[in-house]
Amino acid sequence: MSENPNRPLAALQTLVRSQFFWGIVAILVLLLLNVIRDPGYLGVRVNPNTGNLSGNVIDILRAAAPILMIAVGMVLVIATSGIDLSVGSVMAVSGAVSMELLRALNGPNSVGVTIVTVLAALAVSTLLGLLNGVLVAYVGLQPFITTLVMMLAGRGLAKVITNGQNTTGKSESFSWIANGTVVGLPVIFLLAVIVVVLVALIVRRTALGLMIESIGINPQASRLAGIRPNGLLLTVYGASGLLAGIAGIFVTANTMTVDVTRTGNQMELDAILAVVIGGTSLAGGKFAIGGAAVGALLIATLDKTVVFLGVPASATPAFKATVIVVLCLLQSQRVRALFRRRRAQIQAQPDSVTAVSTEAEGVVR
Amino acid sequence: MSIDTQERSLVAQSGSRIGNWFRANATTLPTYAALVLFIGMVVYGEVAYGRILQYNTVSNLLINNAHLVILAVALTFVIVTGGIDLSVGAVIAFSSVSGVMLANAGWNPYLVMLVMVVVGSLFGLASGVLIQYFNVQPFIATLAMMFLARGLASMLSTQPERLAEDSPIRSLATEWKIIDGEKVNDLMLTPNVLIAVAVVVAAFFVLHRTRLGRTVYAIGGSESSALLMGLPVVKTKLWIYVISGTLAGLAAVVYTSRLGIAQNITGIGWELDAIAATVIGGTLLTGGAGFVLGSVVGALVLGLMNVLITRDGRIPAAMTTIITGGILLIFVLLQRAVTARRR
Repeated sequence: MSENPNRPLAALQTLVRSQFFWGIVAILVLLLLNVIRDPGYLGVRVNPNTGNLSGNVIDILRAAAPILMIAVGMVLVIATSGIDLSVGSVMAVSGAVSMELLRALNGPNSVGVTIVTVLAALAVSTLLGLLNGVLVAYVGLQPFITTLVMMLAGRGLAKVITNGQNTTGKSESFSWIANGTVVGLPVIFLLAVIVVVLVALIVRRTALGLMIESIGINPQASRLAGIRPNGLLLTVYGASGLLAGIAGIFVTANTMTVDVTRTGNQMELDAILAVVIGGTSLAGGKFAIGGAAVGALLIATLDKTVVFLGVPASATPAFKATVIVVLCLLQSQRVRALFRRRRAQIQAQPDSVTAVSTEAEGVVR
Repeated sequence: MSIDTQERSLVAQSGSRIGNWFRANATTLPTYAALVLFIGMVVYGEVAYGRILQYNTVSNLLINNAHLVILAVALTFVIVTGGIDLSVGAVIAFSSVSGVMLANAGWNPYLVMLVMVVVGSLFGLASGVLIQYFNVQPFIATLAMMFLARGLASMLSTQPERLAEDSPIRSLATEWKIIDGEKVNDLMLTPNVLIAVAVVVAAFFVLHRTRLGRTVYAIGGSESSALLMGLPVVKTKLWIYVISGTLAGLAAVVYTSRLGIAQNITGIGWELDAIAATVIGGTLLTGGAGFVLGSVVGALVLGLMNVLITRDGRIPAAMTTIITGGILLIFVLLQRAVTARRR
């Protein structure tokens, strides 16, 4: 193998086949579009007074942070062949709890108040996630029904918490989470990277990731293999709630306001899109955290590009939904069989027997 | 586990006559529960707030929930096959926004109504094709359609689109006095209510009296068995999603004609209302059992709940979805208990 003369080519092939390659290509294409529009787009300036970096790329990283959080939560849930539609609403609840607490405790300069607020918001979000988990794991309700209820009820809960008002809080240190910088880079992005790496290490350096995937492949078989799905499902939905809570803090800390109808609205679309772009099948059983992270960066780039190019922002949800439909089609058995057949035809002799059998398989399915 | 269920069934066998009745009517039990709940709510409302059992309250209950009844019927078809349609609310948003914009652009109003229904059918067809030919899970396919329809609606307009006051589309909401009571206490009907009743009757006929209906139940019971029996599973499932989409389009016509305003955020959460109505009415979420008339009762339970919450005035409106979710959960648990006993 090591004497293979085509090694660079083979390496390129594996790169092209890797889950996040096309995501990165798409990001580069979008950035290129922006550069064509404005050659100085990628420029990163250093503020001489504070030493902070600023520029469009930094803005994209900032915007990517909340999407990274919910995408990582969603990828774990989808790996168990579930789905979490409630992430956007949990973000709103987390934001509502933070802003109400900051206003009630009224300590604009106190770091203690911020710590208490963050912990409370994360606790409530985790609780909502765990509630999803209990309903899915122990009650046996379908994930999409459970989280659909939570999506609508969560939005209601956020409204109940703030009495339907958009609440504003004041806190230096809370705002620092979104607007502060460390060694020139935005804190919000550094925090997001730390969380993503932490989650990736936990699930990939232990057997946890494999067990989560095994539930998604076949819950019965994994139970017979000695894996207890209930506890794992509870953990996964709880983690998704916790991560959505972090995303909610990120979003509200940016403007220090929670808009109970807008905060986190349709964020489940972004999370699902990031996961699908990252090469994770919505059918479950497999996941790629790196892919989801690239997907989240791509969505942030797309959002910023749309605004920069002056395309009406109301068109983006429809575009994102179309991309999801197309990627769903690409993941389907029938389309893959079509591609496989075409490839087989190009390569010397077409193997007619397997072509027929895959076709028959497609029809039966 | 199997020993446990055996023991439980033995206990059930030695039960009284009531136990026998319960077991014989296990599938209809949730429907009876919904009826009891409905009557209980009426009685409670009459005692606590008064003016529930009178002509105008009953008329308004029917008039205001005609669209929900239609959606519940749509979801009954889908859920009986063991599928789901999450796109109905968003399809209503797109259908009504595009309909009102076309009507305001001077299109023939009757053509507009037809277009609104056909738009729904097309979304249903798209979901059906994704599910049936590309093997996408129903909730993912209809979720994608939900995002797509909502996105397209936002693309058309993010402002409330108002239907002209003299538009013939509004005539569907004309209130006919059937019985002229004292003051405003009249028994009223609108063409919309008649449309909803016609949908219920037609759906009842199709689901309980035709081959298509039997196939729907067979698919819900066991899809592979239905396939092995030679039933047209593929065609039927495609039809189910087209029916669901079409009824969503019809619900858009009914709702728009009553309100006269269409907006891209119309119908958020209606898929949950429709699912809840269907489940409360005794349709199993796992498929295979359910009744059209049960879903109508379910829709009326939710409608009456809204009336009671408004009359009470102490519960914030934002709590409505939380309560709906809670009721849905209770009924799912009830179904689980009933089906577990049957097994």
